[in-house]
Amino acid sequence: MINFGSGNTVIKSKLISRRMFVLTAAKTIVFCGIFGRLVSLQINEATKYKTLSDKNRFREWKLAPQRGIIRDYFNKEIASNQKVYQLHITPENSPNLETLFFRLKTILNLSDKRIFYLKRKIAKQKPWEPIIVSDNLTWSEFSRINLFLHELPGVEPIVSVARQYPDQSAAHLVGYVSQVSQKDLQKKQYLKDMSVGIAVGKTGLENKLDKDIIGKVGFQRYEVNAFGKRIKQIQIDPGESGKNYRTTIDLEVQKYTTEVLEDKAASVCVMDIYNGDIITMASSPSYDPNSFVHGIDKKYWNELISNEKKPLNNKAIAGLYPPGSTIKIIVALSALENGIWNPKKYVDCNGVTELYGEKFHCWKKKGHGPMNMRSAIQRSCDVYFYEVARLLGVDRLSETAKKFGLGKKVLDGFIEERTGVVPSTAWKRKYIGKNWYLGETLHSGIGQGYFQSTPLQLCLMTAQIANGGFEIKPRVLVNDNKNNLREYIKYKNENPNEPLPIDMLVSNFDLKPLFRNQENINFVKDAMFAATNEAGGTSFRSRYNDQKFMFAGKTGSSQIKRFTELQRELEIKQKDIEYKDRDHALFVAFAPYSDPKYAISVVVEHGGTGSGSAAPIAKKVIKKVLERDQMRENVQNLTGEEI
Amino acid sequence: MFQPRSIQSSLTLRDKIMSMDYILLLSILILGITSMFAMYSTDGGKFDYHTKSHILRFSIFFLMFIIISLFQIRFWYQTSTLLYLAFFILLLGVKYFGLTSSGSQRWLNFYFMNLQPSELMKIGLILFLAKYYHRISTQDVNRIKFLFLPIVALVAPVLLVVAQPDLGTSILIALGGVTVSWLAGVRVKFFAYASILFISLTPIAIAFLKPYQKSRILTFLNPDRDPLGAGYQIIQSKIAIGSGGLFGKGFLNGSQSYLDYLPEKHTDFIFTLFSEEFGFVGSLFILILYSVIIFRLIKIGDMTRSSFGKLYCYSFATAFFIYVAVNMGMVLGLLPIVGAPLPILSYGGSSMMAIMLGLGIAMSCRVYKDTPVN
Repeated sequence: MINFGSGNTVIKSKLISRRMFVLTAAKTIVFCGIFGRLVSLQINEATKYKTLSDKNRFREWKLAPQRGIIRDYFNKEIASNQKVYQLHITPENSPNLETLFFRLKTILNLSDKRIFYLKRKIAKQKPWEPIIVSDNLTWSEFSRINLFLHELPGVEPIVSVARQYPDQSAAHLVGYVSQVSQKDLQKKQYLKDMSVGIAVGKTGLENKLDKDIIGKVGFQRYEVNAFGKRIKQIQIDPGESGKNYRTTIDLEVQKYTTEVLEDKAASVCVMDIYNGDIITMASSPSYDPNSFVHGIDKKYWNELISNEKKPLNNKAIAGLYPPGSTIKIIVALSALENGIWNPKKYVDCNGVTELYGEKFHCWKKKGHGPMNMRSAIQRSCDVYFYEVARLLGVDRLSETAKKFGLGKKVLDGFIEERTGVVPSTAWKRKYIGKNWYLGETLHSGIGQGYFQSTPLQLCLMTAQIANGGFEIKPRVLVNDNKNNLREYIKYKNENPNEPLPIDMLVSNFDLKPLFRNQENINFVKDAMFAATNEAGGTSFRSRYNDQKFMFAGKTGSSQIKRFTELQRELEIKQKDIEYKDRDHALFVAFAPYSDPKYAISVVVEHGGTGSGSAAPIAKKVIKKVLERDQMRENVQNLTGEEI
Repeated sequence: MFQPRSIQSSLTLRDKIMSMDYILLLSILILGITSMFAMYSTDGGKFDYHTKSHILRFSIFFLMFIIISLFQIRFWYQTSTLLYLAFFILLLGVKYFGLTSSGSQRWLNFYFMNLQPSELMKIGLILFLAKYYHRISTQDVNRIKFLFLPIVALVAPVLLVVAQPDLGTSILIALGGVTVSWLAGVRVKFFAYASILFISLTPIAIAFLKPYQKSRILTFLNPDRDPLGAGYQIIQSKIAIGSGGLFGKGFLNGSQSYLDYLPEKHTDFIFTLFSEEFGFVGSLFILILYSVIIFRLIKIGDMTRSSFGKLYCYSFATAFFIYVAVNMGMVLGLLPIVGAPLPILSYGGSSMMAIMLGLGIAMSCRVYKDTPVN
């Protein structure tokens, strides 16, 4: 059947085909465009998009590493880790949060305030993100939760690890950890890659060692969907727990010392005079470092802050006290070393001396009578040392004092440690902007005035005298640094008649002597022996007659408030003055006298006199330390930081 | 088999079957089977609701395609106006009785299926205009008098669909109609006038757009404008396709779709899922399959003697091409997200039905290539 007007149809067909040709060409171009786009996306940029896809797909959760353990010299744990029981809720898995909280409230004693806070937090986050209801449940709470677990959908009891301090006696030295603050993040760069919720060292060793003890953060990599829900675990890296440390501290002594100090505001430092090992560094009163780990509660914090004995202050390195009469051993040494004084020289003490019309009193109102240097140290005669100091001058005194460890930090890395002050004419000009007066030299000569030192500095000073006048580097951590002093002593004992010249000592043993003439050191040691072990000595009442424990020490007391003339007339006793106005009591010593091993310093804040309150404490601690000396010797060979 | 008595055919059933375009048939079948695998993957590697329903639909509509292709082309010529009117009535029905889902009213509930008449209108308009231009002479095509009806036939359904609102489908319907007019010989100047009118009306139209539609257009212009909002789909789709690389992540291993980063993975973004799992090789395979189908449709147009058949086949081939190009352009980030399914591969009954109807009529043109329509 042929259509009428077929010519028209042919024209039409041609028109359609012509126009179709244009469209076909367009189609080809467009498909080429799509092809090109596919090449560009799937071949040229495939790597970029694969990365983006993985970035979508994987999400990492950081795992807090375990903190390294701090042990004492005998490997007892001072700071360890403890299992903590936590309670998490995943809101998604709980059909009814209201009833769940109601149940938890009866089981755990949750406060309404806390529940309100938790609910608000749940409302803010995704339903599959767990929230921490409690990060430190007691065992009984935890077991109760586990008992009712089948009735509590959405609840997850979790066992985690947190810092624990088994003993409070070393709280100041070890310090504590707590939640990361904004300031920590600025100061400690390494915290940037750490997980949130990790505890960071705030004070003491925890702060000093933080970078290495905190460990390496681990992570869990999960595949997540578009809504952030974890689908499956892809990879897990548990991280590395922090480095463990062994300290030089003897926890047994540390504990004993803290007990002896009771709740006095006081500190005790004990040091090995040869290798500088700090055996004990106690500060009293102490606090509970565990209370900071999970966030300190307000009541306890206020209690600590308002306590006038300042429990949070590490008095051994952050407490500054005028050294009082303990400085006399340095004054005597300086005078002898500088050759300006003959120890046999007598000064008559009648209780007071005058300089340019100003009266300088001896602590003994009636005076000591005629004194030579040995008896002046033994009885701690102030008048004698006014005279010595006057001739010596403050600058020479300051030089010797600094040489023996005063006026500079003893340890490194303890943010709380303070430097103290060793006054000199230059120092006064620089910091006070005035010229030095001779009267101030006299005050400095008995350790008053501008003098400020920490108990640890006094201990170091005593140790460096006790070991014969050699420099030591005090340490808290056991390391491989060898100190040859013990070998030197051994050599001396084996060849008693063979004197070793100093330069030979230095070249053979790498020792740094602090003296010009060792006789002067020996003189001071002998005078300290007299002060403790000969009748009339200031610490005679605290002596040991047993050779094994016999020690030599020097008392001191540092004035808080100047005695008025009236008080002096009335012969007011220290114990009759108000607590905060009483003098600080100091005592430094080394033991045993015959073969010195340890130096000790005791400072009792507002303790009155050194002989009355500081020396008896030293006596007890010295005995304890010496009793354990053999044990310490036995583990000497056990070296190395990591155990 | 139903055949109107008045339109007697000299062809036997065997002749009809023998004269089918088997390359086209095979391509459709392969595409259909591919779509089943893709659907299986969107169900998370399970023989689940979407897969089952898609397989069922494909089977039914493929059978329908065969049956339609056995009808005389004259039958389709004669019923085309009727079909157009029927689809238009359905569209009107949507306006009054339609189901509303995610903010737009597009479906009619027919119990056994939810029908989307706008999809059928894509074919209906092409059929109607092909018949119209078949009947008028070449000289009349460009007379204003004769331009009136095509414009009304095009604008009326497009406006109904825009109002649903369904921007994507309305554009696809309009492009189908424009294609027929172009092929029929409407002068370039009329298209130019229409374009100028359209462009000048665009600002007014934009004022009527829903906020989400506006944001989609703005997002297309700058996908990073709102990476978690409207730009999210384009970005995630590009990541999925790009990360597929040369050979893909492997069947059932498309992390982007599995972890729900891909939106609408059953429908508009099915190509993205396939590209992610089968890579460049897979994408190319799909692109070639579509090219073959379009090429065979044009080939049928070339063979057909009647103007109706030529107009229909060429227009349908072009429309089919446009559907593919718009969808791929969209998921590849070349066009804004307008909501256009990929023929056969995407999930969706009405779209499948319309495409199969269109392909069936084209196949009928092949079978009756030498038979005049009137």
